[in-house]
Amino acid sequence: MSAAPANPTGAVPPSDTNGWTVASILRALESRQISARELTQEFFSRIQRQNPRLNAFLVLSPERAYSQADALDAKIARGEPLPPLAGVPTALKDVLNTRGTETTAGSKILKGYVPPYDATAIERMDRAGAIFLGKTNCDEFAMGSSNENSAYGPVQNPAAPGRVPGGSSGGSAAAVAAGLAVIALGTDTGGSIRQPGALCGIPAMMPTYGRVSRYGLIAFASSLDRIGPFAHTVEDVARAMEVIAGRDPLDATSASHPVPRYTSELQAPVRGLRLGIPAEYFGEGLDAGVRERVEAGIARLQGLGCIPTPIAMRHAPYAIPTYYLIATAEASSNLARFDGVRYGLRVPGATLGEMYQKTRGQGFGAEVKRRIMLGTYALSAGYYDAYYLKAQKVRSLIKQDFDRAFEQVDLILTPTSPVPPFPLGERTADPLAMYLADIYTVTGSLAGVTAISVPCGHVCGTLPVGLQIIGPHFEEGRVLRLARAFEAAGGFVN
Amino acid sequence: MDITREDVLRVAELANLELTEAEIATYGAQLASILSYCQKLNELDTTNVEPMAQVLELGGSRLLAGTERTDGTESDAAEAQHARADSPRDAGIIREVIRRAPEAVDARIPYFRVPKVIDR
Repeated sequence: MSAAPANPTGAVPPSDTNGWTVASILRALESRQISARELTQEFFSRIQRQNPRLNAFLVLSPERAYSQADALDAKIARGEPLPPLAGVPTALKDVLNTRGTETTAGSKILKGYVPPYDATAIERMDRAGAIFLGKTNCDEFAMGSSNENSAYGPVQNPAAPGRVPGGSSGGSAAAVAAGLAVIALGTDTGGSIRQPGALCGIPAMMPTYGRVSRYGLIAFASSLDRIGPFAHTVEDVARAMEVIAGRDPLDATSASHPVPRYTSELQAPVRGLRLGIPAEYFGEGLDAGVRERVEAGIARLQGLGCIPTPIAMRHAPYAIPTYYLIATAEASSNLARFDGVRYGLRVPGATLGEMYQKTRGQGFGAEVKRRIMLGTYALSAGYYDAYYLKAQKVRSLIKQDFDRAFEQVDLILTPTSPVPPFPLGERTADPLAMYLADIYTVTGSLAGVTAISVPCGHVCGTLPVGLQIIGPHFEEGRVLRLARAFEAAGGFVN
Repeated sequence: MDITREDVLRVAELANLELTEAEIATYGAQLASILSYCQKLNELDTTNVEPMAQVLELGGSRLLAGTERTDGTESDAAEAQHARADSPRDAGIIREVIRRAPEAVDARIPYFRVPKVIDR
């Protein structure tokens, strides 16, 4: 391979960038230093070497990748202008439908399912010139915080072997962190982009609810699901956001707010930004090492002229039960479509009902069945008011906490995960202990706001820590600006 | 919080899930533990709090049909209210869907095949 240009941001990201960023790829293609086909080959050979150990990719799509690459190389040969993500090696979480490439959502029940269409976010990435390397491993139907609920085996954390990469978008985070992709798309319902981003040591963004079309995303909890990017640098997260954000007539909940040029907002000053620090996110359950790194990160931002301000978010301690009642209720309804009739697995039965029950009983894994049971219970006659309706009311209170906080401050800072990456197998026996991994991320999910997790140094030498920056609805630009300033100031490393 | 075997079986039936004996026991205990934890929400008085089903005001209750322009773009009214005309159109993928289905018949009007539902 040709020598890769230096990282244009000047910062040294902790992940393995392999030297490539969106900007350096564009330059290398334009100057004919490398062709899109050669770059694609380079990434497939890295995947072939490392994926047997990491299990980050479930399936590769070389046919589509090389046809995308060849189309780009033809454009370059004709001297045509290049699209914004030209040649960028991209990994896609397996809950996103991809035309012609198997899409399983990490589940046995969809083994062999090949979608006849692309999700809108995928279609936009395709039009922007991204190269689709393959589909990444994830917790089954995006339900999990460690990637251990995948029917296709766990993913290794590239930064911390033997430990979880986080979940549910663990494969996407691991693929970028290991340098097997420059950008990856994941999905976040209760923390599934931000938490694996934190645990693998890379920036990872959850856009505002409605900012990115959910059309073609295999639904988990429709009022919470978001699609968002992982990358090595904040600039690349911003470049991906510019491509995937925007109104889509195929998703009635997608917002028509204009999409700003996030990349041109990155250099704006951060001096004077008021940063809310909620005490509720720094209490019991927070690892002492993580706390120390996050507090050091906040001090660094204070050094840039930002103003840390204590705030109260009184309902945060109620977010986990609220989230798990609402998310499982929506999931129990969304997952009713997997019944063996139209796609995926069918286990024969004497009657239609028996076919449904056997197909779902054998096709779904333990955590998915547990959540369907919990959600069905919470919605069932006699329990609806006590659980589901109660949770919806507390959701209002949690959102009001954010509304009030953003009257006082511009952004909110918290740890992304209460703990650094934990050993594989450590939490699988106790579902409730696993649910608590999401304690700092589910609040923002319930409130519909946007947030990024950025690397914030390490504990115990190599275990990544994430800093969560939360912004008001549709303020992705402000969130990215602070993240970029933190990166440029060397905040990603200890 | 007590979850009986009958509770588990009732919920499994509502959810169309066939469970093994081991799963019935495990899920019973785990649901009891998770639901006990959820009792924490009762510490909050929510008497005058509106339930939230949807975080952004997207105008879902004011859907207007028939506001789509003939060129396929949306009128301002539809754009503001996030409604598009409820007009059927051919996605052009029906044969592919049928071809990949567990059991289907690709006839002039294609269909999925399922066990007999109605006896007569």
